[in-house]
Parts: sequence; C-alpha cells; structure tokens
Amino acid sequence: MLDKNGIAKRIAREVKDGFYVNLGIGIPTLVANYVRDDIEVEFQSENGVLGMGPFPFEGEEDADIINAGKQTITTLKGASFFDSALSFGMIRGQHVDLTILGAMEVAENGDIANWKIPGKMVKGMGGAMDLVASAENIIVAMMHTNRAGQSKLLKRCTLPLTGVGCVTKIVTNLAVLEVTENGFKLLERAPGVTVDEIKAATEGKLEIPDEVPEMILA
Amino acid sequence: MITKTVDSVSEALQGVKDNMTMMLGGFGLSGIPENAISHLVKLNVKGLTCISNNAGVDDFGLGLLLQKKQIKKMISSYVGENAEFERQMLSGELDVELIPQGTLAERCRAAQAGFPAIYTPAGYGTEIAEGKETREFDGKMYVLEHAFKADFAFIKAWKGDTAGNLIFKGTARNFNPIMCGAATVTVAEVEELLPAGELDPNQIHIPGVFVQRIFEGKNYEKRIEQRTVRKR
Repeated sequence: MLDKNGIAKRIAREVKDGFYVNLGIGIPTLVANYVRDDIEVEFQSENGVLGMGPFPFEGEEDADIINAGKQTITTLKGASFFDSALSFGMIRGQHVDLTILGAMEVAENGDIANWKIPGKMVKGMGGAMDLVASAENIIVAMMHTNRAGQSKLLKRCTLPLTGVGCVTKIVTNLAVLEVTENGFKLLERAPGVTVDEIKAATEGKLEIPDEVPEMILA
Repeated sequence: MITKTVDSVSEALQGVKDNMTMMLGGFGLSGIPENAISHLVKLNVKGLTCISNNAGVDDFGLGLLLQKKQIKKMISSYVGENAEFERQMLSGELDVELIPQGTLAERCRAAQAGFPAIYTPAGYGTEIAEGKETREFDGKMYVLEHAFKADFAFIKAWKGDTAGNLIFKGTARNFNPIMCGAATVTVAEVEELLPAGELDPNQIHIPGVFVQRIFEGKNYEKRIEQRTVRKR
C-alpha cells in the first residue's frame, strides 16, 4: 500500500517530456517533487503563472509571486505571468496537457465530486469546475477509501458533483485505474496489494484483466 | 492627453454609496486594492455586493469590511481562511454566491469587452448550472453565464501613469486587468505613479481608456498568506 508520497511518485511517471501540467492542492502538489529531471515540464498555477519553480529561499519571499494555494513560490527560466481569464483560457482551450487533482468521490462513469459536503462549511470550488469540464487528460490522486473505510470509487457519486464524465485515470494508495465505458478498469496494483483487496475496496463496477502488474515507482 | 489622476483615495472613491456592487481585484491577499478597501471601511458604506475571487482573512483585505458588516453579498470562487466570514454565512447575515473561478474571470471580461453573456463548459451537470440555459456545441454541453454589472471596480497595479495606463507585477495581476472597464467607474491604485510618457507603450498591460481614476497608493502591507520557503 502506498502513502501520499507514493501516490505522487506513481503519478509523476504519467508526466511526459514537453508537458504543461496543472497541479491541484494536496497530493497533486507533491507530484512536482518526483518528476524526472531529464525531461522538460512546465507547471501552471491557475492564479496566473506558467513555469513555477520551488519555494523561495528564506528572505526572498515576494507577496506578488504566489501559487493557487497562496504559497510563496519562485519562477524558472521561460516563466510567464498572465491574468485570470487568460489562465482559464489556457485550461478551457485545452492548451494544458495534464491536470492532476484530488477528489472526495469518483464514479464509474467518470463523474467527480470534490468541492462540497452538505451540512459543512463550503469554501468554494475555486478553479476545479473549470479544470474538470475542459481538460482532456485528468488524473485523480486520492486514497481508495475514506477515513471510515468506505470506498471512494463508487457506482454514482453521493456528494454534489464538480464535473460529469471527465476523469480518465485514478491513482490511489492501492491501485491505478482507468475509467472506461465499462466502469473502472484495473491497470496496476500497489506493491504488496492483492487484486482481492482492491476489489473489496471498490464499490463501482471493476473490470479486472487477467494480468494486473505491480506498479513501478522509480 | 487625457489625465486620469486624482489627488487622494477619498477623491478616487467619490460617488461610492450604500448598496452598490463593487469588483475588487486580487487572488488571496495578492494584488488587492489595499487603499480602496481601507477607505471603504472609513466611509462605512453598507449593503455592498462584492465581486472578488476571495474574501480576505479575518483582519485584512475584505475581512476588514466583513468585520464591520458592510458586505451584504459576496460573489467569489473560494472563501476559506476567514472565520468571521464563516460565522456570517452560517448565521444567514451574509449572502454568498460561489461560482467557478474561470467563470468569475470570464463574467468580468465579458463586462469589460461588451459581451452580454458567455457559454462555458464549467459547472455543466452540477448544481451551479441549475436553472440556467444550456446549449450543445459540437457534441459538448455549455452553460450560459451573464456578464457582471458593477458600479465600481477597484484595481491594484504595480506601475501606472497619469493617462491611466497600467502595468501589473507577478501573480498580483490575477483578476485586476479583467475588472478594468468592467464597472461604471474603474479606480486604479498603483505603487508608483509616473508622468505620461515614462512607461514604454509596448509594456502596457491595460490602456488608460479602461480606467477613470488613478492615484498612487500609500503604505502597502502586501501581507503574505502562506509563507513557504526552502533552506539554503
């Protein structure tokens, strides 16, 4: 079974040379730490920067240079700044190659819920609805089950939706899955996890090929 | 040359009244019009509808207006990080409309650019689209979203000139350029106000035609919300 860094490590293998990538808050942010350093990738932050770098050195923080999580950041060579309309134009117009975000629930038809729990203080969807409605290549990073042990891969989402039929791939602490017309298709198992364990933790329809290889993380 | 300069923040905010709709630039606390917000607090205008991506923190940004219960309605995409906001929202004192961030941006830009409405895929099939017109283009569904109507837009830029031309810095740009000219009166505050001719026309982000009043702001705090650093 993987921890959050393990999930990030596996997703980093989906990031290819020449990709522009939008990372959500939480596990997705960790992905940047594991992208191979022999490929060229640019990270986009929806508040208006392409070419995000690491956090600044102490004393070099700039209140005018932050990411979507409101954290101080730096920029790399070739970076650019732009306004919020252009930023979402970049996303809506499918100029960003890969979007990685977290979720509370994903359904077997690719629906995603990640912004609102009825009865709790709702903070808002931020850019999540724009991202999931437009991006062609969406990977969800999440734990396979919630704290109560219930599956987060469902037949139908129970929480208010963020987007419909949009998720293409899911990487959890247990498995890598693809969303197809036949529901979730199991692609890989996390190290030490059996197909039966994944089956037990998945409420939605699960297609299990004859061979399910173990994930490669390096 | 047409001059947009006003001498003070109080002159810049002339005409602000109770129950008006205001657009305010900024993402988190970055690029917020600090001087205009302070003066709105001082004027103590009430019943405001504020269009702004976020709602500040308890003791800074729009949080200052919330503390004095000057805001009747917030239109934002994300409103965490503010306990007083949460209290007013849950008690029903504050009306909150949450909309997707790209839709918020485009409803500003539509107002700026003279479009009555736009179609966006964001929110289709979710509660955000309930009761709204939807339409199919090339096999994909879109939601009709209307341009905002606002009385004032409060903008923060890095540099400006007396003709109202603006240059923004870093990610403090965010919603600021697209709110310029999206309201009846656009008020820009800048860190450095220069005589017309001092800024390179090739580097202007927003031409002065979108700005009615410009002034040099004072005492920028530029508070950092999440100070994240690495060791040397």
